[in-house]
Amino acid sequence: MTAVQISGAGMTFNPGSDNAVRALDDIDLTIGHGEFVSLIGPSGCGKSTLLRLVGDLITPTTGSIEVFGKSAEQARLDRDYGMAFQQAGLFDWRKVAANIELPLELIGWSRSDRSARSKEMLELVKLDDFGDHYPWQLSGGMQQRVAIARSLAFSPRLLLMDEPFGALDEMTREHMQSELLRIHAKTATTVVFVTHSISEAAYLSNRVVVLSPRPGQIHSIIDVDLGERSDAIRETPAFFAKTTEVREALRAVEASA
Amino acid sequence: MNRLGFVAPPIIVGLCFLAIWEGGVRLFDIQEFLLPKPTSILSALRSEWAGEIGAGRLTNLREAGFETGKVAVIGLIVGVVVGSLLALATTRFRLLRESFTPLAVVANATPIVALAPIFNAWFGITGATSNVAVVIVVVFFPVFINVARGLTEVHPNQLELMRSYAASPTTVLREVRIPNALPFFATSLRLAAPLSVIAAIVAEYFGGPTNRLGPVITQNASFARYDNAWAAIVVASALGLVLFGLALLIERAIVPSGRPIEID
Repeated sequence: MTAVQISGAGMTFNPGSDNAVRALDDIDLTIGHGEFVSLIGPSGCGKSTLLRLVGDLITPTTGSIEVFGKSAEQARLDRDYGMAFQQAGLFDWRKVAANIELPLELIGWSRSDRSARSKEMLELVKLDDFGDHYPWQLSGGMQQRVAIARSLAFSPRLLLMDEPFGALDEMTREHMQSELLRIHAKTATTVVFVTHSISEAAYLSNRVVVLSPRPGQIHSIIDVDLGERSDAIRETPAFFAKTTEVREALRAVEASA
Repeated sequence: MNRLGFVAPPIIVGLCFLAIWEGGVRLFDIQEFLLPKPTSILSALRSEWAGEIGAGRLTNLREAGFETGKVAVIGLIVGVVVGSLLALATTRFRLLRESFTPLAVVANATPIVALAPIFNAWFGITGATSNVAVVIVVVFFPVFINVARGLTEVHPNQLELMRSYAASPTTVLREVRIPNALPFFATSLRLAAPLSVIAAIVAEYFGGPTNRLGPVITQNASFARYDNAWAAIVVASALGLVLFGLALLIERAIVPSGRPIEID
């Protein structure tokens, strides 16, 4: 079954003016239910823009985007999306648990349901004891885990992540990747994941979409079939071969740009 | 460091400063009209605190301090309320934001107290209305500008997040913009509280009732009663400090504080 259907989508910022920017052109992409798809490409290739189009944070100038068989806007209004960004973007004035509960509050969950869920989410990201702290009392990695817990709180059907681990150090990052895969396996959520890390894309994804810049277009789509992921996979020849394939696709993109 | 450790150093430095002042004035035999000794100021403070006006006396510092304090506090409250409400309005109405906010930024950079004599012409020279009006205008701009910034300078990701929750503009205002503006509001209070006392006294120099700190300072100075003038300045400083302290208390109440936890 199809989760996301992007048909001929294009995005031009400031259309018609002197500083018009064609960010994306003629994107066709179909993402299946429960699939984990990464978007990778050189900076300025429009991968974040594509993510924002899917999330109806911006509206495409051409083409259409359907999410779970409805318009992206309807999916947003139905609260089908969970979002996480490179910056955790937590609300400083809310304690960690209250940050996770905010989307639930807006949906109208009762207080007891909310606190049960935030507890459950904090366990999931292994921050059981930190619900009563303010976000700025936590380290960057912990904040990012809270942001991911928040994005999962109301069990969204589609998770949109924009370089969520980009600001983390290598060790924390690999740890978070494994956490995310564990959560993904457990919740069967569909994930669209923007990254500029080749190994991250190869490790996490079922498919890696390589974009070329100005205007952003799909250069190639690489299937990654590595079976059950674990940290050990990072050191296998199969994983190395996949990262090489992604790297070569990116080189080809850069060479043609 | 414990509480005493924080409080003791400035107190010691302050006392040393007063001792040097006192010693210096005595040692170099400085005339009282140039710089009275702290002890002279203290005795003036005592004798003028609750003195009868008339009978060769110009001053009742308690009354003057109270009346000027009233002008400052009323002006402060009205200025803060109006500034905050207008800042809220600018986030709601784009036209207001784009037309008024740049003007306010410019006005904030001008010496608004200079308007005091004009306000006397508008609101009358005998009542305190024009003094209060000066305080309101002086307080308004920093409050307006800071609160407006706090309401608008929200991290784009946080707005995107709220959009993904399909949150209404009212919800965004309540859950994001207003809480985001609270630290800015607290900062503006800290700026505005001492400003309100300065504005009140400068305004009083130019007109209004005479039983106030401003006229007390100018009149005593013109009669060469510099000890009394200095005593009034001490009261004015105390007033500024009290209001600043109140602003700090309010900040504590509305802005969460704490330390990062040492764990990774």
